[in-house]
Amino acid sequence: MSMHKPFAITLDVGSSLANHTGSWRTSRPVYVDRLPPCNAACPAGEDIQGWLYHAESGDYEAAWRVLVRDNPMPAVMGRVCYHSCEPACNRGQLDQAVSIHAVERFLGDEARSHGWRFRRDAPRSGKRVLVVGAGPSGLAAAYHLALFGHEVEIHEAGPMAGGMLRFGIPKYRLPRDVLDAEIARILDLGIALRLDTKVHRILDSMRAGRFDAAFLAVGAHLAKRTYIPAGTAAKVLDAVSVLRSMEGAEPPLLGRRVVVYGGGNTALDVARTAKRLGAEEAIIVYRRTRARMPAHEFEVEEALQEGILIKWLATIREAGDGAITVERMVLDQHGFPQPTGELDTIAADSLVLALGQEVDLSLLEAVPGLAVEDGVVRVDTGMMTGHAGIFAGGDMVPAERNVTVAIGHGKKAARHIDAWLRGTTYQPREKHQRADFARLNPWYYADAPQTVQPALDILRRQSTFDEVQGGLDESNAMFEARRCLSCGNCFECDNCYGVCPDNAVVKLGPGLRFRFDYDYCKGCGLCAAECPCGAIEMVPEAI
Amino acid sequence: MSTQPIKFYQTDTFTVGNRLLAPHERSVQADPRRANALNCGHRACQGCGEALGARYAIDAAMRASGGRLIAANATGCLEVFSTPYPETSWQIPWIHSLFGNVAAVATGIAAALKVKGQGDVRVVAQGGDGGTTDIGFGCLSGMFERNDDVLYICYDNEAYMNTGVQRSSATPPAARTATTAVHGPEPGNVFGQGKNLPWIAMAHGIPYVATATVADLRDLEAKVQRAMAFRGARYVHILVPCPLGWGTAPDETIRIARLAKETGLFPVYEAEYGEITRTLKLRKPLPVEDYLRPQKRFAHLFMPEPRREVITRIQRLANRNIRRFGLYEERPWDAGALDALRSGSDA
Ligand SMILES: Cc1cc2nc3c(=O)[nH]c(=O)nc-3n(C[C@H](O)[C@H](O)[C@H](O)COP(=O)(O)OP(=O)(O)OC[C@H]3O[C@@H](n4cnc5c(N)ncnc54)[C@H](O)[C@@H]3O)c2cc1C
Ligand SMILES: Cc1ncc(C[n+]2csc(CCOP(=O)(O)OP(=O)(O)O)c2C)c(N)n1
Ligand code: SF4
Ligand SMILES: [Mg+2]
Repeated sequence: MSMHKPFAITLDVGSSLANHTGSWRTSRPVYVDRLPPCNAACPAGEDIQGWLYHAESGDYEAAWRVLVRDNPMPAVMGRVCYHSCEPACNRGQLDQAVSIHAVERFLGDEARSHGWRFRRDAPRSGKRVLVVGAGPSGLAAAYHLALFGHEVEIHEAGPMAGGMLRFGIPKYRLPRDVLDAEIARILDLGIALRLDTKVHRILDSMRAGRFDAAFLAVGAHLAKRTYIPAGTAAKVLDAVSVLRSMEGAEPPLLGRRVVVYGGGNTALDVARTAKRLGAEEAIIVYRRTRARMPAHEFEVEEALQEGILIKWLATIREAGDGAITVERMVLDQHGFPQPTGELDTIAADSLVLALGQEVDLSLLEAVPGLAVEDGVVRVDTGMMTGHAGIFAGGDMVPAERNVTVAIGHGKKAARHIDAWLRGTTYQPREKHQRADFARLNPWYYADAPQTVQPALDILRRQSTFDEVQGGLDESNAMFEARRCLSCGNCFECDNCYGVCPDNAVVKLGPGLRFRFDYDYCKGCGLCAAECPCGAIEMVPEAI
Repeated sequence: MSTQPIKFYQTDTFTVGNRLLAPHERSVQADPRRANALNCGHRACQGCGEALGARYAIDAAMRASGGRLIAANATGCLEVFSTPYPETSWQIPWIHSLFGNVAAVATGIAAALKVKGQGDVRVVAQGGDGGTTDIGFGCLSGMFERNDDVLYICYDNEAYMNTGVQRSSATPPAARTATTAVHGPEPGNVFGQGKNLPWIAMAHGIPYVATATVADLRDLEAKVQRAMAFRGARYVHILVPCPLGWGTAPDETIRIARLAKETGLFPVYEAEYGEITRTLKLRKPLPVEDYLRPQKRFAHLFMPEPRREVITRIQRLANRNIRRFGLYEERPWDAGALDALRSGSDA
């Protein structure tokens, strides 16, 4: 047949596809998934990057649904979480961290305004679980247990659910309609909540209700005390009681000049509350310096903006009638405060002690196998106490005391309780390697500094309990989500597909990512070098 | 409250694709139905910038011409690695000319198509920097002068790579090649010689001239597309790093091209009828040392001791480009970056 062709094209041309250049390769690219630093730092185990991904394209409901797989209270968490994810965020090394909490809050508020609900699809297990305490840890556990198909009943000593979210954290940081909505959505799963039902003996309650397992999350509510000589007319209160009474009909009577003793977040909350109740002066007395204060820097900053005074390096010696006596301290070379003997007097109508809380463990008396250490209950890695079938989490177990840890404990415990009830053990997925900044190719990300959340003006902050921090609007939230670098996980930017000089990357379509064609891949490594998010690794070939 | 621009796409258009862009805003290379004009199985070295640049450019020309395209190809790596008989990697009509006459061959094809009344079929001529700036220069200048309806694409890897890295008139000062040895007071290629071909093309007053690099796909595609919108002679000059000839790792090709642009050594711009119409700004100006150091062809500038005076001379060339082409507009977050480059280079 080639004989019929004109001169010079008598020979048929073949394709270079016959030439399998993959045989040149000494190392091969492989797609990997890595653990983003934000996810790794989240005590509630949220897939932050996973939900930001959906928020980036404006699919807020999908984003919210990914979020609530781990945490049922985004609107609350977006407000009160101390966001340890943000200092870990790789974007911080580029310009500023992604404002993760602000997007989380936006998603939580979207869910509220659109009325998104949880879906309960798992078949009923027929097992009954008792949850003691309707704080964040108990609520989170109840939520996950219900989704697993178990019948859940919460026994709560107080008149309302929420724990410290309601009786500790002030309204100006967490408006109560936000809290109420998220609690109601959890209870809608068919969870029974019994209010004003204090559990006195856990084993009795379990037996009476025929429960198969229990999760305890009673928090830490007993105010720590210290001995301060006080005159008969002196008004000495404790912080948790003051904050708790804010939820009652009668606001606490603190007077015009309030002194708060302590250096934690609770001290700040009380002082800021006192100011809003009309105190002309709210003074915090703290033994050490600002740098050593356990309270978070941003809360100290907000408090100072609102006119709270802080007296550093001072202890209280005596509470008298209308005045307290403080002693000046100095830090020794180990950073411990030492008395100087120099005394000052501060006019004060009341003194509020914010010295921390202890756990009321009375419900555990006479439970065999339990171990209590430093006033908290010991649990194993599956959150189970020494007594089989009784699990515990939140402030009452050894861990950092914050809402996110409490919610994380609730989730983790629920998984282990579920396995325990089914006679198996829960095997957590193996964690991916960390997606460190050094693995990224940051050139590809557009320059974009963080969006600033609006803040309430100072006058209203000093006189009302309106929320201080504002939220992001839709376009801001999307912008902020799009600042995410997708560290360590493919976001289908097509770079590998584009930069391969050998056409050896196959694009599989939206959501399906890519595949390498090892028949032709020469192993040059351009795809790995130019992958913005470090999701390609070069692995040596066995030659 | 916010002062942020709302239209923000996470990676902007720096990446090849972007799921957040509308489909019509996406690049040719992101398209699973791209032409793949230069297909798998070609024999270019690992990480070859020329193979990458050729697919980027020809795929873009294919989209712009609706798939009606003929390419003529000068002798050089691109031709040799893509067509060892009987195999070809080209998925378009393609003809190999001589080393020095591709502009004339393409002109002939365009003329024949015109005679046959097939003006809708477009013609591309392509070659290396040797074939373009040296042996093929006469034919090319003639093509410009006659304003023949051809898009000429030069893949500039700054030497005769196919025959073992000999100097061309596009080889930069101080670079080592097989014919610019590293000895004497001025080691490597000489300063002050060579040809600036895009500039020479502009002097012909042809409809369109552009420079581009393989580090900025979106820019490269936009330029090919723009070039295809004109009839007459057009010239696109693409910087394509060569791992073998430059002494870089195969996975550094794009990074090196990016550094060539970000240091100002390779100005990226476009011109219509001899007037510059747009320059690509530096995102963050970088010292030329960042570009030179990873390349073995410049290793003698750093070993045994850094030759500061030579590096400074090269920095001055970059500074001159930055000034001449207005390559940099300072932004608040990297204020002073340019001054840092100027100090110590007295330019
Ligand atoms: C003033 C203040 C401000 C804080 N601010 C923040 C913040 O901004 N961010 C943050 O992350 N963390 C904050 N924390 C810490 C956080 O509130 C706690 O770590 C978290 O609430 C602990 O959750 P939990 O579920 O373990 O316990 P809790 O929230 O204390 O809930 C325990 C619940 O159990 C109930 N209960 C107790 N005993 C029994 C019983 N025997 N029977 C039945 N029910 C019982 C209680 O009534 C309560 O409702 C703050 C704490 C305080 C005090
Ligand atoms: C007239 C003629 N002289 C010399 C050669 C040998 N030759 C083939 S390719 C080449 C160099 C090509 O250099 P360049 O145009 O820069 O392309 P590259 O290989 O670098 O892509 C030479 C000298 C030739 N084919 N024809
Ligand atoms: S020598 Fe250079 S231009 Fe030629 S195929 Fe190899 S990398 Fe490409
Ligand atoms: Mg060349």
